Amino acid sequence: MERRILIGGFGGQGVMMIGQLLSYTACETTDKNVLYFPSYGSEQRGGTANCYVTISDEQIGGPVGQEIDNVIVLNEPSLLKFEERVKPGGLLFMNSSIIKAEPKRDDITVIRVPANEVAEEIGSGKIANLVMLGTYIGYTDALPEENVLATALKKLGAKRPWLNEMNEKAFRTGLAYGKEQKSRA
Amino acid sequence: MEKIYSRTKAVNQVSGGFCPGCFHGVIVKIIGEVTEEMGLIDKAVCVIGVGCCNNIYGYVKGKVDMVNTPHGRAPAVATGLKRMAPQDTLVYTYQGDGDCAAIGLSEIIYAANRGEKITVIFVNNSTYGMTGGQMAPTTLIGQKSTTTPKGRDADDVGYPMHMCELLNTLRAPVFITRVSCDTAPHILKAKEAIRKGFQNQIDGKGFSFIEIMSSCPTNWGLSPVDSVKFMQENTLKEFPIGTLRDN
Amino acid sequence: MERVFMKGAEAVAEAAVRAGCRFYAGYPITPQNETPEYLARRLPEVGGVFLQGESEVASINMVLGASIAGAKAMTSSSSVGIALMAEGISQALNGCQPIVIANFMRGGPGGGTIQPAQSDYLQGTKAIGNGGCKLIVLAPCNVQEAADLTYEAFRLAERDRNPVLILADGCIASMMEPVILPPMRTDEELEKERLARRNWISNGVRTRGWGSIKLDLWYGRAAMVNAESQGACGKPVVEHTLESANRLWAELYETWENDIRVEEYRTEDAEYILTGYGTGGRVCRAAVDQLREKGYRVGLIRPIVVNPFPANAYKKLDSQKVKFVLCSEMAIPGQMFEDVQASLCDRIPSYYYGRSGGHILEESEVIDAFMSHLD
Repeated sequence: MERRILIGGFGGQGVMMIGQLLSYTACETTDKNVLYFPSYGSEQRGGTANCYVTISDEQIGGPVGQEIDNVIVLNEPSLLKFEERVKPGGLLFMNSSIIKAEPKRDDITVIRVPANEVAEEIGSGKIANLVMLGTYIGYTDALPEENVLATALKKLGAKRPWLNEMNEKAFRTGLAYGKEQKSRA
Repeated sequence: MEKIYSRTKAVNQVSGGFCPGCFHGVIVKIIGEVTEEMGLIDKAVCVIGVGCCNNIYGYVKGKVDMVNTPHGRAPAVATGLKRMAPQDTLVYTYQGDGDCAAIGLSEIIYAANRGEKITVIFVNNSTYGMTGGQMAPTTLIGQKSTTTPKGRDADDVGYPMHMCELLNTLRAPVFITRVSCDTAPHILKAKEAIRKGFQNQIDGKGFSFIEIMSSCPTNWGLSPVDSVKFMQENTLKEFPIGTLRDN
Repeated sequence: MERVFMKGAEAVAEAAVRAGCRFYAGYPITPQNETPEYLARRLPEVGGVFLQGESEVASINMVLGASIAGAKAMTSSSSVGIALMAEGISQALNGCQPIVIANFMRGGPGGGTIQPAQSDYLQGTKAIGNGGCKLIVLAPCNVQEAADLTYEAFRLAERDRNPVLILADGCIASMMEPVILPPMRTDEELEKERLARRNWISNGVRTRGWGSIKLDLWYGRAAMVNAESQGACGKPVVEHTLESANRLWAELYETWENDIRVEEYRTEDAEYILTGYGTGGRVCRAAVDQLREKGYRVGLIRPIVVNPFPANAYKKLDSQKVKFVLCSEMAIPGQMFEDVQASLCDRIPSYYYGRSGGHILEESEVIDAFMSHLD
């Protein structure tokens, strides 16, 4: 079994962090093969950013692919760029707070996540990525939720432990939202 | 009879490495004497540049440790060597003007700027000796060379590079001096400068730069005596001897 | 053994430290900056020295100096930076210095692009420096291999007293994967090794009971052979000339036949062969599995050591059975493809499919290329 995930957004939205938290969790709490592959624009801030995460029971092939099981997009350019990469029958998670365009595909499942609104309600738009991550885990159960949360608190809390409470709330709110969406699907 | 002078043990008894009248031989001798007098023969590593300076090879081979380096890179090699060798190792580079002031300008400036605890002995004879007398960074205005047949023209190729003055703009070096080989007293002063440069290293002080003015009778097309006269009348006016820094 | 999640460029750095590397000098260039950044933190912890050189040219020469002083030393760069190091690498070989160089390749020619590519195979395997010098060239396809081969590179360099090149593409530098790191070599082990090559260490320590040879970095292999044998017979065993040194290097290169490493996967019954190295190789491997699922008997040949080239893996293919070989690299035109073709000697048809300019090879493309060559 192999799961390919692509996460795209603006630099600064925490796109890479979503990918890394998934990857670290998979590495540290499973026996599976994991590949994390970042792709940056040449800008240090504000450019496009995306990363590929592959979690597999088998040896993993190339770091990028055209057919992605789960695509998570945090901004509109990423939706336009990566919608076509979703495998038929695959999942597209989109940050509906920011993305106004509508996906065109009808052979995929689209999960709209008002990530920024939820995050701001909790305390900061900066944690929209954790809302997305929570939703993704809640919906797919790709990795055990408590493991992902533990990784997030460990990695993010290393430098800013005082934000852990807010981070956990963002993740758990997303998680509940993801589960709810899944139950409706 | 009392023996009052003998050849230094730090230099091989070979001859023929340098052209008649060239001061490299004198400089190699005084480096050897200082090395021996300071008891450093077994602690010294001579890092050799490319050009006529490379002929030091035959003189120090088997006497002190030495390393041949790519053209201009002696200060970089000396940097790695000094940092990883036992602490009391004496590392000095021996470079000419093409090596130090042209192709290796970047390496010398950065080694100086890092304050590497090495000693650089830079022999300035205003020409590329080994390759046959082409224009060097230090060739004087109007001085003829095989690549400036009508004499160096500042409008075309700029002015002579003053390495001591250039390095003196940096903060890290501890010792920057220009000495000469044109007279016996000057040679003794040159020897003292080398001693100072080595002592600085032993004391862990930092980067020492000793520019030694020399001549090149072969490529200047002058007799040894006339080339010394040329040095005194021209070269030393452009490159005045003196210590720019002694911290 | 605990697996840790690491970037390729960092795994190379950590494996180097564990192999005994105590000196690194390098100049920033994308996509390998994580290697120097990691070592800037890590080397001081083990009593090593990290230096940011003012250029690649200076950096390789600093590494040379450190190696001459007896330290295990390395540098890393990418493509255009390795080109700048060419003189120093050639000189390291000339002086028998066991340094390790890692090239995380980007697109070329020239400055090209900062994005990953496999553009320097020919440079790495055929002419890394002037003067006909050759190195063992190791080509990892994942982070684990990057760590293992770096560790191995230091062993091979020390064994041969010759530089070793790690030829990784930019993908390997920036990808993160789980890795089980090799064990930390002890200070005692390292000191023993340093003493073993004291005869060609130049650091002014003759009075400390060591030999008295001065390594001059000139015709080094002849000098070294003489230095090593002087203890036994007291006089030089080879002429200290460039030609005799060249012969000794040629003899060294011959011994590398034993170091050939190649992954052969599902080749026993294969009617088609996909081949590539590094990231290209792992993409081919996945393509092999996907094509097998579609019913095609496909196998993989992935050189892990690319110099010396595992020509036998191709020579032994049965031309009655194998219909064609498809080589895929992140380079246009193909570079390893030249060696593949030379090994096949026109016995079996061979084709090439590649991407370049920062495009990362994908399984689907290789499969499409494969299909296009079916009858």
